[in-house]
Amino acid sequence: MSIQKKLTAALGLVGLVVSAVAFGAPESSYNLPIGVTRISREVYGLHMLIFWVCVAISVVVFGAMIYSLVKYRKSVGAVADTSIVHSTKAEIIWTIIPVIILVAMAVPATRTLIMIEDTRHSQLTIKATGYQWKWQYEYLSRTEGSAEKAVTGVSFFSALAEDSNFTRQLGSGLDPKNVPNYLLNVDHPLVIPSGIKVRLLLTANDVIHAWWVPQFGMKRDAIPGFVNEIWIQVDEGKEGTYRGNCVELCGRDHGFMPVVVEVKSRKDFDVWLAAQQQATATATTAATTAAL
Amino acid sequence: MAHADTHAHAHAHADDGHDAHGHAPSGIGRWLFATNHKDIGTMYLVFALTMFFIGGAMAMVIRLELFQPGLQFVDPGFFNSMTTMHALVMIFGGVMPAWVGLANWMIPLQVGAPDMALPRMNNYSFWILPFAFTLLLSSLFLPGGAPAGGWTLYPPLSLQAGDSFGLTIFAIHMMGASSIMGAINVIVTILNMRAPGMTLLKMPLFCWTWLITAYLLIAVMPVLAGAVTMLLTDHYFGTAFFNPAGGGDPVMFQHIFWFFGHPEVYILILPAFGIVSEIIPTFSRKPLFGYESMVYATGSIAFLSFIVWAHHMFTVGMPLAGQLFFMLSTMLIAIPTGVKVFNWTTTLWRGSISFEPPMLFALAFLFLFTIGGFSGLMLAIVPADFQYHDTYFVVAHFHYVLVPGAVFGIMAGVYYWLPKWTGYMYNMKLANWHFWLSTISVNVLFFPMHFLGLAGMPRRIPDYNVQFADWNMVASLGGFAFGLSQIMFVWIVVKSVRGGGVKASARVWDDTVSEGLEWTVPSPAPHHTFDTPPVIK
Repeated sequence: MSIQKKLTAALGLVGLVVSAVAFGAPESSYNLPIGVTRISREVYGLHMLIFWVCVAISVVVFGAMIYSLVKYRKSVGAVADTSIVHSTKAEIIWTIIPVIILVAMAVPATRTLIMIEDTRHSQLTIKATGYQWKWQYEYLSRTEGSAEKAVTGVSFFSALAEDSNFTRQLGSGLDPKNVPNYLLNVDHPLVIPSGIKVRLLLTANDVIHAWWVPQFGMKRDAIPGFVNEIWIQVDEGKEGTYRGNCVELCGRDHGFMPVVVEVKSRKDFDVWLAAQQQATATATTAATTAAL
Repeated sequence: MAHADTHAHAHAHADDGHDAHGHAPSGIGRWLFATNHKDIGTMYLVFALTMFFIGGAMAMVIRLELFQPGLQFVDPGFFNSMTTMHALVMIFGGVMPAWVGLANWMIPLQVGAPDMALPRMNNYSFWILPFAFTLLLSSLFLPGGAPAGGWTLYPPLSLQAGDSFGLTIFAIHMMGASSIMGAINVIVTILNMRAPGMTLLKMPLFCWTWLITAYLLIAVMPVLAGAVTMLLTDHYFGTAFFNPAGGGDPVMFQHIFWFFGHPEVYILILPAFGIVSEIIPTFSRKPLFGYESMVYATGSIAFLSFIVWAHHMFTVGMPLAGQLFFMLSTMLIAIPTGVKVFNWTTTLWRGSISFEPPMLFALAFLFLFTIGGFSGLMLAIVPADFQYHDTYFVVAHFHYVLVPGAVFGIMAGVYYWLPKWTGYMYNMKLANWHFWLSTISVNVLFFPMHFLGLAGMPRRIPDYNVQFADWNMVASLGGFAFGLSQIMFVWIVVKSVRGGGVKASARVWDDTVSEGLEWTVPSPAPHHTFDTPPVIK
């Protein structure tokens, strides 16, 4: 029994260290991404702070437990000291120390939260509407100079890409490993510029959905009858495609409505937006002409 | 806590001889018309074990589908039914009835009462359950399938359910009624039927934590009933409590639900705190450290449980002040919970520790529940929760507190008291195997879910990107191992019930510190105990 116990204790400690290292590795498949926005970086910092605080506490608490379990075994002749039943001093100490730790965690958390909730001074506003089971993106307005100007004619749906959709059918016989970005790809991604504060308004048309891109560090519910807002400001130089999912159970195909965002440089974004508006205008003219 | 004097010992022994001759009614009537707390406790425990396996089978379906990416076995709609039903069955059919069963068996024995205060209501509260779960489970066979909107029943999604909807709501009402009756029985028994001299602060902690749990139940089950009734009228009678098109508010449902839901999670865990607080002293051969602070900590946790509910819904878009309030109040829970963990640790300190199966489960509880507590603390931090929310990190968190937390607490309790119930020691070697297999597999099952969640896998999805494949396979293998290991538990319990082997003594365990009155009656505990109250020193 004695060797068995020591072995268990040692294994426990090794496990703790291994998992601590695993959590600590940046950009791994074990941990949160550091991400590409100020919010995601601060959230990552907070996450690691709490994680290491928990590791420190667990080394002390689990250490005391394991020490007791090894040292005070009956099988090695430990005799119980039945006089230890109460100590006001100890209890005050182990109430006050956690309070101090909690306050130390609450202060930076509050600061970050206030920053996250400040959606003022955005330069582009986009509305995302959740449907069963796709997203609709509508570009509402952008700030040019100091004036806010409406953006017209840019609105589209964003649904699961076809190759993923074929492969994910029950008994399709297709291997998800052969599909690039399986279940994390859409037909029309949301396009945003880097370097400016983009405000995203979230709502839904049928049931509750939630919009999440882990690399942006932000997630919020899209609720019918409500308009929620979040902001995203992707660092300049971090242009690229970022992927996430609907994260509120929204029915049968909840697992199949990804969120994909293509981040372009401001210049490329302006070109893209103009092209979209031009295409809509052409289509409208064509439709009007046809109707006539 | 209390010592029964020798007179009570002698009396209990006299009772034994008396009862052995035909006080327990025979045949099916013994169970159908049961008013004896021990018989009803047994029925609750058998029911809970049955539901544990039904809910477990659903979990196996979930882990099977998630074993590898792509859909291999079930339709996504059926998958959602499985996650929904797994939760409802495990919470309302597995853990809660198991606690009521243990309360029925042990509370009268621990406070020196002859039975529960309201035996006929006790019968009724049990017999509601098989009907409630027949209704709930039969929805699997209805057109449209079982409820698939998650156990939290969030509208508008839950309102899209088919014929199963009415059955689900009615089943939940019945479970709620059963829980409330069980809770009333516990409160009345503890407050009115303690043996003379058994003051409240002499009660074993299992009675204390159950007393507080019972108050939580009475406070919140009607809230759940209200919430689901509003869903019912929204679905069938054209009201619009939660329908925005009619001026209703889907977020209001979440507030009401979690006002029930958060105390509910403490309903699932508080009795485990009580059991662990009895087992650790027994096998450390040393009195519990800080008995009174344990009671106050339990009370504080219960109070706090009423003011933290919105931490389940940080992403709905609450005002900043609301988010801060619920973050801070949630963090406060770490303090009384910490007090408990420190008290248990100090109880081990300078003890004389042995590792029988109940102690092993209690120790696993101590370690693994604490890990669940840590992830809970991380989830309380709102900005970080924006990343964790609705991912597998949350799944890992609540399974750590519910499986190696609540379920291990129940198993620890069963292994602790089983010889008292059956009169025979069970097979310790097999129970040790059951412990090690369960503990290792439960970690293989749930620990990788932390990684999955952090890496970005949402919960409640039947299929996933290949980047999540490895850890899902590991978790599934752990899940199958955990599920199979539980068959050993049934085998061990059944063998012990059928008798044979080493007879258990009245004290059962080799210690001198456990002072509960249950150890003053013979093993097996006679059908009727404490017909005259024991005298407490």
